[in-house]
Amino acid sequence: MDNNILVKLNNAGFRQNGKMLVEGVSLQVEKGKIVTLIGPNGSGKSTTAKIALGIYKNIEGSVEKYTNNIGYVPQKISIDWTLPIRVNDFMLLTDKIKDDQVNEALSLTGVIHLKDKSLGNLSGGEFQRVLLARAISKKPELLVLDEPVQGVDYTGEIALYELIKKISDTLNCGILLISHDLHTVMTATDHVVCLNGHVCCSGSPIDVARNNEYKTLFGDQASQILSVYEHNHDHVHSDEGDIKKN
Amino acid sequence: MFDDFFIRALLAGIGVACVTGPLGCFVVWRRLSYFGDTLAHSALLGVTLAYSFELNIALSVFLISSLIAVILIQLQKKTNLPGDALLGLLAHSSLAVGLVVIGFLTFIRFDIMGLLFGDILAVNTNDLLIIWVGGPIILITLKLIWKSLFASTVNYELAEAEGLNPDRAKAVFTILMAAIIAISIKMVGLLLITGMLIIPAAMARNISDSPQKMVFYSIIGGLLSVVLGLFSSLEFNTPSGPSIIAAALVLFILSLLNIKQSIKLKN
Repeated sequence: MDNNILVKLNNAGFRQNGKMLVEGVSLQVEKGKIVTLIGPNGSGKSTTAKIALGIYKNIEGSVEKYTNNIGYVPQKISIDWTLPIRVNDFMLLTDKIKDDQVNEALSLTGVIHLKDKSLGNLSGGEFQRVLLARAISKKPELLVLDEPVQGVDYTGEIALYELIKKISDTLNCGILLISHDLHTVMTATDHVVCLNGHVCCSGSPIDVARNNEYKTLFGDQASQILSVYEHNHDHVHSDEGDIKKN
Repeated sequence: MFDDFFIRALLAGIGVACVTGPLGCFVVWRRLSYFGDTLAHSALLGVTLAYSFELNIALSVFLISSLIAVILIQLQKKTNLPGDALLGLLAHSSLAVGLVVIGFLTFIRFDIMGLLFGDILAVNTNDLLIIWVGGPIILITLKLIWKSLFASTVNYELAEAEGLNPDRAKAVFTILMAAIIAISIKMVGLLLITGMLIIPAAMARNISDSPQKMVFYSIIGGLLSVVLGLFSSLEFNTPSGPSIIAAALVLFILSLLNIKQSIKLKN
């Protein structure tokens, strides 16, 4: 058994109210690697993440989880107004974390100044940064990030993706990332899984980008990304020459 | 200085307020006030059964309330009725069945008013023992499930994903609700018990910015309500249970004034 594996899905699927949300997903996340799930709306990306996290119980196939030290940024989270809760309380929600670790994480995502603010008063982007800070503050072995930069301004988005990449390197943690931003996916990922109710293709970013099913799913945007990707990495593929445009 | 019954009433009230404070916060946060009401209504059935089979009242109320909670969960799974309709169904039918059973028990004289509105001044040393043993057990159990319960109150999936056990915490919390109703039924009565849970917590919400503060103020509010309510009950010769709840209401109104002031300060 490869002991670098953190979580492994074997032919996993989930059915809700008689409707199959996703099926036949096999993937694994290893230490220090970023695996990204892409796919159109309703293709089962969040469902796959929740299967990996063990949130869904009655699944088809199986999940093997080799760590319990997990940080999760869910896609949707709404804080009830009845709950008086500050950013600092939220940081300590699932784990006892030392104050300097809390400060470090909040500084990394650029929201240390909000530490004593009430969670209900944050903007969407600020809240997203707090969510990410909370997930990384416990120095997890596995990070599951479901659209972690939604609502964050453009420059912040790039910085946060760089941060995610850095975290994966420095903590040597595995990351399961869900993103609709194909550009980021293609540049910062080790392994891409393209979903559309099932796995339609998977592999290294460049393999996926060349896949025909992927091209039909994402259309023009996909081929643009391909050219960006090839442009950035043309030295790698220069011996092939056939797709090179620049 | 004071009669023994008054000292006993104070001790009982203080014991109960220390437990309703933190539990009441979760009732407010998790929107369970009607659920608490339903358990409390079913307590009447528990009391009648206690008389019929000569059981301990607190134990009997605890068992019946837990049973009602289990039935509720089963009904939620098996019917398409909305949650509040199911709660209303169980609350009123268990209250009605309890009253019907009382009608059959003609050989026992029931103090119906005492059951509905509480009779804290009739608290005996046995009741005190139940409160001061049961209360700490409830608090310790709540402390043990606190992290899972609070995290899942904020977000269920986050708690589940990061290795906590929200389902177990929820089940344990339901049992704790049945337990607090069982030990406090004699004090404020089954119609007012949810008030003791909700009003101090609602007051605390108005003046707190963190969960710990809200729990703290909720306990303080409950204690003040008990002391103020009991003394005014003695002074004005009013029923003790309603006096305690009325005192809690006064504190809640005061906490609203506090909000206005703090808004003015901010501007």
